[in-house]
Amino acid sequence: MGEYVLEMNNITKVFPGVKALDNVSLKVRPGSVHALMGENGAGKSTLMKCLFGIYQEDGGDIILDGKKENITTSKQALDLGVSMIHQELHPIRFRPVMENIWLGRFPMRGIAVDRKTMIRKTKELFKEIDLDINPEVLAGNLSASNLQLVEIAKAVSYNSKIIIMDEPTSSLTDNETDHLFKIIRQLQGKGCAIIYISHKMEEILKIADEVTIMRDGQYVGTWPSGELTTDLIINRMVGRDMTNRFPEKDYIPGTEVVLKAEDLCSPLPKSFQHVSFELHRGEILGIGGLVGAQRTELVEALFGLRVIVSGEVEKDGERFKVKSVQDAKKHGLALLTEERRASGVFPILSVLDNTVIASQKTYANHGVLRQSKRLKAAKEANLQLNVKTPTLETLIQDLSGGNQQKVLIARWLLTHPDILILDEPTRGIDVGAKYEIYTIMLDLIKQGKSIIMISSEMPELLGMSDRVMVMCEGKVSGVLNRAEADQIEVMRLATRFVK
Amino acid sequence: MQGEKVIPRQKFAIVYIAAGAVSLVAGILLKIAFYKKTLYDLPWWAIGIGLILIGYGLFQIISAERIGKDVVFSQRTAKSFLTNNAIILALLLLIVVIMFIEPRFMQNKVLLDIMTQSSTRLIIALGICFTLLIAGTDLSAGRMVGLAAVISTSMLQKADYGNRFFPNLPQISVVFPILAAIFACLLFGVLNGYLVARFDMHPFIATLATQVMIYGACSLYFDLPPNRSQPIGGVRDDFTILGQKMLFKSPGFDGFSVLIPIALVICLIIWFVLNKTVFGKNVYAIGGNREAAVVSGVNVFATIMFIFILASGLYGIGGVLEAARTAGATNNYGVGYELDAIAACVVGGVSLNGGVGKIRGIVTGVLIFTVIQYGLQFVGVSPMWQQIMKGVIIAVAVALDLSKYRRK
Repeated sequence: MGEYVLEMNNITKVFPGVKALDNVSLKVRPGSVHALMGENGAGKSTLMKCLFGIYQEDGGDIILDGKKENITTSKQALDLGVSMIHQELHPIRFRPVMENIWLGRFPMRGIAVDRKTMIRKTKELFKEIDLDINPEVLAGNLSASNLQLVEIAKAVSYNSKIIIMDEPTSSLTDNETDHLFKIIRQLQGKGCAIIYISHKMEEILKIADEVTIMRDGQYVGTWPSGELTTDLIINRMVGRDMTNRFPEKDYIPGTEVVLKAEDLCSPLPKSFQHVSFELHRGEILGIGGLVGAQRTELVEALFGLRVIVSGEVEKDGERFKVKSVQDAKKHGLALLTEERRASGVFPILSVLDNTVIASQKTYANHGVLRQSKRLKAAKEANLQLNVKTPTLETLIQDLSGGNQQKVLIARWLLTHPDILILDEPTRGIDVGAKYEIYTIMLDLIKQGKSIIMISSEMPELLGMSDRVMVMCEGKVSGVLNRAEADQIEVMRLATRFVK
Repeated sequence: MQGEKVIPRQKFAIVYIAAGAVSLVAGILLKIAFYKKTLYDLPWWAIGIGLILIGYGLFQIISAERIGKDVVFSQRTAKSFLTNNAIILALLLLIVVIMFIEPRFMQNKVLLDIMTQSSTRLIIALGICFTLLIAGTDLSAGRMVGLAAVISTSMLQKADYGNRFFPNLPQISVVFPILAAIFACLLFGVLNGYLVARFDMHPFIATLATQVMIYGACSLYFDLPPNRSQPIGGVRDDFTILGQKMLFKSPGFDGFSVLIPIALVICLIIWFVLNKTVFGKNVYAIGGNREAAVVSGVNVFATIMFIFILASGLYGIGGVLEAARTAGATNNYGVGYELDAIAACVVGGVSLNGGVGKIRGIVTGVLIFTVIQYGLQFVGVSPMWQQIMKGVIIAVAVALDLSKYRRK
């Protein structure tokens, strides 16, 4: 065995119109944790998909244990001792956990699946990595974090030499992350190498032995993690200095109330209850809280997507009822949803169609569209927000996450809203695009618009909000001014009603 | 990329014009200098193809600024051209093969026959494509065709016909029975739309339920005394011309069926609706991502309602025309048409996952099935083999179509 258990040399991968990987190399030592870092769209996932046989590289070599391999299927990768925890989980929801784990290699007795052995093997596996989950419970009934842990167990069960973990902690709490790290140390002890993809710097510096950084599909370099700091990593990832993560706020928020909610209640007892707040003209009102604090549910109700049973909403001093999204739009509200893929983009439609969908009627005469008007509106809006797209006819699924998000903001700006509700506006997009979105937000404020922003990222919440409203278990647990808001205070309020 | 060659669009267009000119000249030469009886109408076809190619080339030059892109030749673009146009190429290949086996196929009459037979099918397929575009389906199409046929013919029988459905009905204008037939279909379209839009029912189940109801209702109507489930015949001539009239009939030319321009006009209208109206864009949006459409403020309820109503209207028109063409109807009329229409759409590139599909593809899909049926009959292939061919075409076409979207 050589120095490396895996060598990926000069890997190149071309998609129609994009060079996703350009001469990228990755060398992993046995028994080490190797972090792979880069902005979104840097090509990390693509590189791993080449290794795992989901994509076929167009150039370069993959050498496993000193032997050159041509990996064409995931099954082959697994047989060669490479397993992968995917960034997005696709559990079979209506089947038990254990079937999800042993799918494709069920223990058999004759021609029948040996259920007892499967239960036993699953229990052994869970015991090995200290998981307390019933193997027979349906996968769909598990929480997101437990699903993630099951996925990790599944990767472990292959007894692989190399485990790829693509953002394994994105849905884990701190405690669970520590648990994961324990599992990783255990695997390392057995000589298993881990390729670890994450955006979380603290995690990387804590767990990784070596760090490889990629940028725009190219290889930047590999360093022992002891030589790196958060700033150094960011620098090398973006290729420029990022001393200021937030643009400077050079405006004074207004005091005039544009939106006033009083005692809003959801029909579901566990959802938002008795929520009251005020939004001022020209301010960013941040909504903080833990996952499950019902923040998304609240703004969706304001936007007519959910039912409100009691309470009043006033806009510009006038009471109004939102029965549907059409109503909300008419009253100048816009909502950028949390789940870009599920309820934001139309992946198979063009950037043009995606941009104008919410304001379509304004380009039509008796239902007949004027193409020139649509083009003009989309062109101007996308130019204003600096969307990078080859053409307006490009399918939106071919753009990066940050550009997709900008198209979605453009979509709502075309409806000329007074109030923009942004639900996790920078989730899953890279550092550079985040900064651009923050700049856009400030521009909008200066134009006299008001913003409600839900954010689970503490620095973002504190860095961008003029006031922070914190929610806990469906109730408002406090409102903080910019001056009083800090990490500790927000966390205290966010856990105020937790039993 | 290796073996890549970039050609300006103008030059690319000239290739088309040159090919068109060759075809045109060859056609004229064949007609004037070397004409033989065994060539039938081949010269005319060559001239026609030549004109189309030249027209397409000129269009490319004129719109060069708008498209503005150079044409890239490489293995990749060649492959994508082949997969994108596989169906059209298969259709052409099929025609050429049939022409070699049976030169009598090379007649304008044959071409027009194929188009005539495709007309009503196209109208029904255009209706069903809306329901497919929102990742749904419509199983009630065939029964609606039957319903429209029975209702329209029942009120349009000759005064001297022995077995009249309504013995005392005066000779009313053709317009009213036609409107009544289409209206009946629209009612069931409303029911389809309401079930799907209001209760979020899967269109498969909603339209299955409606389909059964329509058949029951149609059979009850058909069984009314004095008719008692007798096939309806003796249909008035002023109605049958709707499906049988030959236009531009002259000595030496049989004319072409009125169904062709009717289908063409409907096709243009549907193209316009789908591509140029807010409604059409909303259909694609709902098919592309229903959640995102809701959040964007698209009126999903109204759009789905209208989809099913529009579709049922088209089935109604299709049913009336079928009845006029065949001058009769029974309650079993139109059974299975929905599956033919779905097959034609899918072969033409409409995705069952919703959001993808073009009118051009649907027209090709309908034509290919008619060519198979007509052409194979022409060369004397057993109808049973035709069924197998049809099945193979569906499977191969969809497999090819899906490979377009798969990345590897």
